[in-house]
Amino acid sequence: MTALGKLFRTTTFKLTLVYLTVFALFAAFLLGYFALNTRRLITEQITDTVNAEITGLSEQYRLAGIRRLVAVVDARARRPGSSLYLVTTFAGESLAGNVTSLPPGTLDNPGWTETAYRRLDESDTADHPEHRALARVFQLPGGFRLLVGRDLDERDRLYKIVLSAGRWSIAIVIVLGLAGGLFVTRRVLRRVDAMTETTRTIMQGDLGGRLPVAGTGDELDRLGENLNLMLERIEALMRGLKEVSDNIAHDLKTPITRLRNRAEQALRSAKDETEYRAALESTIEESDGLIRTFNALLMIARAESGQARENMSEFDAAEIVHDVGELYEALAEEKGITLKVEADAPVPLRGNRELISQALANLIDNSIKYTEPLRNAGNGEPAKIVVRALSEGDRIMLTVADTGPGIPEADRARAVERFVRLEQSRSQPGSGLGLSLASAVARLHGGELTLADNHPGLKSVIALPRGGPVQIAG
Amino acid sequence: MRLLVIEDDRDAADYLVKAFREVGHVADAATDGDDGLAMALGGQYDVLIVDRMLPKLDGLAVIGALRAKGMETPALILSALGQVDDRVKGLRAGGDDYLPKPYSFSELLARVEVLARRRGGRSEETMLRVGDLKLDRLSHQVHRGEEEISLQPREFRLLEYLMQHAGQVVTRTMLLENVWDYHFDPQTNVIDVHISRLRSKIDKGFSQPLLHTIRGAGYMIRDGAR
Repeated sequence: MTALGKLFRTTTFKLTLVYLTVFALFAAFLLGYFALNTRRLITEQITDTVNAEITGLSEQYRLAGIRRLVAVVDARARRPGSSLYLVTTFAGESLAGNVTSLPPGTLDNPGWTETAYRRLDESDTADHPEHRALARVFQLPGGFRLLVGRDLDERDRLYKIVLSAGRWSIAIVIVLGLAGGLFVTRRVLRRVDAMTETTRTIMQGDLGGRLPVAGTGDELDRLGENLNLMLERIEALMRGLKEVSDNIAHDLKTPITRLRNRAEQALRSAKDETEYRAALESTIEESDGLIRTFNALLMIARAESGQARENMSEFDAAEIVHDVGELYEALAEEKGITLKVEADAPVPLRGNRELISQALANLIDNSIKYTEPLRNAGNGEPAKIVVRALSEGDRIMLTVADTGPGIPEADRARAVERFVRLEQSRSQPGSGLGLSLASAVARLHGGELTLADNHPGLKSVIALPRGGPVQIAG
Repeated sequence: MRLLVIEDDRDAADYLVKAFREVGHVADAATDGDDGLAMALGGQYDVLIVDRMLPKLDGLAVIGALRAKGMETPALILSALGQVDDRVKGLRAGGDDYLPKPYSFSELLARVEVLARRRGGRSEETMLRVGDLKLDRLSHQVHRGEEEISLQPREFRLLEYLMQHAGQVVTRTMLLENVWDYHFDPQTNVIDVHISRLRSKIDKGFSQPLLHTIRGAGYMIRDGAR
């Protein structure tokens, strides 16, 4: 497609053509209407004047006879101007006036007529062409005829001026409109071309590309900004996907290798049934751990993709805190830790009940795992975990605060990531996915998981919007 | 007990049939939905074990067709889809229990036995008895011999569930699902702690223990004297 062809095919250019046609038609209609009305108005003026003069002259005739009329007409005819007068006998013999060479028979029909004429003072030569006039023929009593008229040159000239003004203005409208349209189209086309170019490079795999935004806040900018937001989200998702596959490769391959090694070892060196049995049992145990990790990963992926949003319902978060707290209270007590639930008032919340319970369970499980029964040997203060559900404005806070070792501030952000197990926790069992899952669940609900200092210990807070996740508005 | 395994993976089906026979049940296998439906309609099975994704006729459709014909044979759905909403879908379609893959055989066996027992008429008795342990479901009182045992509400429900399935293995997952109504994996074995608490209340100080741990499977409440 040639550059010009491309220009003509754009929406902007087609719109320009439509507008141009509409405006040109409108201008033509307006000027035509103006011209016709002017013509009509002038004609009306002429007839009024002529009628008045005929009335005046016939009055003169009625009062003072033909001589008087001839005298008056003679006087008036001599005045310069566009007025025409003629008085004839019934036979057509001219008595007074300034008109000659009327077409034959003009005077025979009383009434209005538009006719060609020559003035009496003009010679009958070619350099004085005939004029046109609007005249009225009046039959006077006694057989005399009176003609009064006005020259039409002025009216016709005005009409012509208006018509030519109309033609010019339409021509100018078309030329300016086309030029403006082409200009606007080229500008828009250039920006759309730039966008197309960027999307092409993005499609070829460069997800970091962003659409150009002119900064004028117009509709193309808004479109570009929204598309850029979409690209950012896609890029984040792709990055997440890559991370997941990297992590699966790393953290699932390790236990699988261990599993394989153990089986191999048993085949090579086990001597009796007991040893085989032990090896098989540890294989099953290891594979259960793998399944657990795999399930957690799937759950996180599901929460992050937003699929679990379908299963949202209204429930009381305080009740969940009590339920989950009760489930873990026995475990904590066995370890010598006091687990306390503080959630007396109902805390209504909209969300996925099962996922929120699981997120909370993970946080409590973590706290129990990392908290030592005696916080510090010196003062012998007992270890404590407090689970709370609070309403703060339009946010719901589910907090788990322990008196364990906590997480250094520098590591807190990293601890929420998938598979991250901080150095001091390597010895503890677990997939390293507990906090990541809690964080993914929080994000699914439009909230977030934050880790804070409990002075001493760790305070994990799931902050959720009360009404569930808000749809992203345009 | 007669069981029908409808599973398209021949290896898995053979493994299940063999494993069920080893523990003394009669088991048949069908490898697609159409065959499975025909066999389920014809045979006198106690429990059906149905894979969710089957060739020809989907597992949920098989169960739906059976229920539409008035067959109330309990059905356990096996599925690679283990999320809560998949589970809800399966139960809504007429399944009686749902077990995500991969599963352990002991878990499957425990659930199948519970389903088969349920068929014989679910006990709605108000008084449950195991040996000299009595649980009154109306007054929420528990006695061992003449001695009254006081239980927390959750402990009461735990004991109630165990006693309803007295003589049957109950797995940790079954307890988590039925007593706590959670369908996720709590990572640490929280259930064990609750069981040991309950045990200390009902068995401590009595010569005959009633609550037994079944290694590698779960728990069982049973009158040891019989």
